[in-house]
Amino acid sequence: MSDPILKLEGVFTDIAQYHILQGVDLDVPRGAVTMLLGRNGVGKTTTLRTIIGHWRARKGRILLDGEDITTTPTPAIARLGVGFVPEDMGIFADLTVEENMILAAVSGPLDPNRLERVFAAFPPLKTFWRAEAGNLSGGQKQMLSIARVMAEERRLYLIDELTKGLAPAIISTMARALRDLKARGASILLVEQNFAVAKALGDHAHVMDDGRVIWSGAMAELAGDADLQERLMGLSVEA
Amino acid sequence: MQNRLLSGDMPRSTVLALILGAILLCLAFAPFLFPGVRSVDTAARICIFIVLVASYDLMLGYGGIVSFAHTMFFGIGAYGVALASTHMGRGFDALLVGSASGALVAAALALVIGLFSLRVPAIFFAMITLAVASAVAVPVSQLSNLTGGEDGLTFQTPRALGPAFKFGDELFGVRLNGKLLAYYFVFVGALVLFLLMLRVVNSPFGRVLQAIRENDFRAEAIGYRVVFYRVAATCLSAAIAALAGSLYAVWLRYVGPDTTLSMELMIDILLMVVIGGMGTMYGAVIGATLFVVAQNYLQNLMGAASDAVAAVPVLPELLNADRWLLWLGVLFILSVYFFPTGIVGRLRGARA
Repeated sequence: MSDPILKLEGVFTDIAQYHILQGVDLDVPRGAVTMLLGRNGVGKTTTLRTIIGHWRARKGRILLDGEDITTTPTPAIARLGVGFVPEDMGIFADLTVEENMILAAVSGPLDPNRLERVFAAFPPLKTFWRAEAGNLSGGQKQMLSIARVMAEERRLYLIDELTKGLAPAIISTMARALRDLKARGASILLVEQNFAVAKALGDHAHVMDDGRVIWSGAMAELAGDADLQERLMGLSVEA
Repeated sequence: MQNRLLSGDMPRSTVLALILGAILLCLAFAPFLFPGVRSVDTAARICIFIVLVASYDLMLGYGGIVSFAHTMFFGIGAYGVALASTHMGRGFDALLVGSASGALVAAALALVIGLFSLRVPAIFFAMITLAVASAVAVPVSQLSNLTGGEDGLTFQTPRALGPAFKFGDELFGVRLNGKLLAYYFVFVGALVLFLLMLRVVNSPFGRVLQAIRENDFRAEAIGYRVVFYRVAATCLSAAIAALAGSLYAVWLRYVGPDTTLSMELMIDILLMVVIGGMGTMYGAVIGATLFVVAQNYLQNLMGAASDAVAAVPVLPELLNADRWLLWLGVLFILSVYFFPTGIVGRLRGARA
């Protein structure tokens, strides 16, 4: 776990009068998939949003490759190479799939090779390339949402609730796309409720509760220990 | 060619394309098709309002920015030309100086308002623009020695744009004089400005604006500085509104607070955008045409209708020409009710 791409040190974040994050410490190792797990409402989404700068940390530091980005404006963080997939997908419904992708490539024109890879992972995007994104199905919107962060090389991918509300077939498409990304050496911080997906994709895991990270370790260790899961997340996982 | 002129933004509906084509033809040949002082005046107003409304749409429909200061920018352009022509004497140099400085002042003012207030929620921005617009309108109507006060300024435009200037005899029964040139000055100016805006909204810049309108946080998270884009859109929109004001001044050879700065005018602009269809540019064409024609001819139409039903009780009273505002209001309520996405939105929707 030396030389992480992202490091959070004692991060506190308030939303209105609520203290949501209460001293989050976590590392995201380079070139691996790190899972951020925990029950609903423990601050996983807030953690991602604090990293990207949507919410501001009241205390603590956020380091990207050793560079302090705690108070960096959101657009600047994005241009440092942090790709964010929000849980509501946040696609631009009035724009076409193509325009969504062009916008996502902030630093230059879309690379055709990269685009081929996106099409290979998500064939519907090729079919509906010139259609308005608002007319896509829920699964296709999620594909577009992931495809957008794939529009460019990113140093770090923050992905919130990849599989929420998706049909099983699409979940496996998503998981495959992430595995591809990981195989290319991407560093990913992934919030995921679907434990099977987390188990299949994750290398490392952080479990949050009450605005803090209460457990960090190898995903395999967590996956193999039902008692630990039960204790950390109140889960009784079948598989 | 066509694709390039329209910046690839096709009407995307046959009916819409036909309507737009018809409006373009009518405006292009208005002095020949509808000779007469009043009809040509209506056509010139339509040209100018298309630009003004489209520039508002650039901000509201593409940028999602609600502003009530648009007539102020329009007025700045108009007064720019009026003041330059008054002080520099008639001439194209005065027009150039007046419209260029009007556009610059408008853009600078928009920059200041934008930087100070585009960070706050939309409703506050709208209120601030309203306050600034009122704050500008009051001195304009009071500083009589500079702006002519409530009476406004009457001034002379270049000789070549005046009715006394003749450059030929007649063509299809239309006198070839400076008034005709003035119309084409307005028409060409409006056309160029409109095509320019079409280019802007279909450029990468325009796409980012649309993205911001839809989800500003998401646009930031991708890496676009929302405030920068919003301020830029506001400045551009203000400068174009000022240029529309300059065209208006050239056409009327008069500026006054009522014709350029009034709140009534602001509401008219809003109505035109909404009726035509926000965020489409072409909506401005249809909204402005419909509105200006209705404003100018509904009264006549109703007068005629009232005479036609003179024998029936009550009806002539309802159709009395003096009630035209009532019917204009009814028309607007109906159009907003039946075309919530505007006429353009409706026509495009019907295609899909």
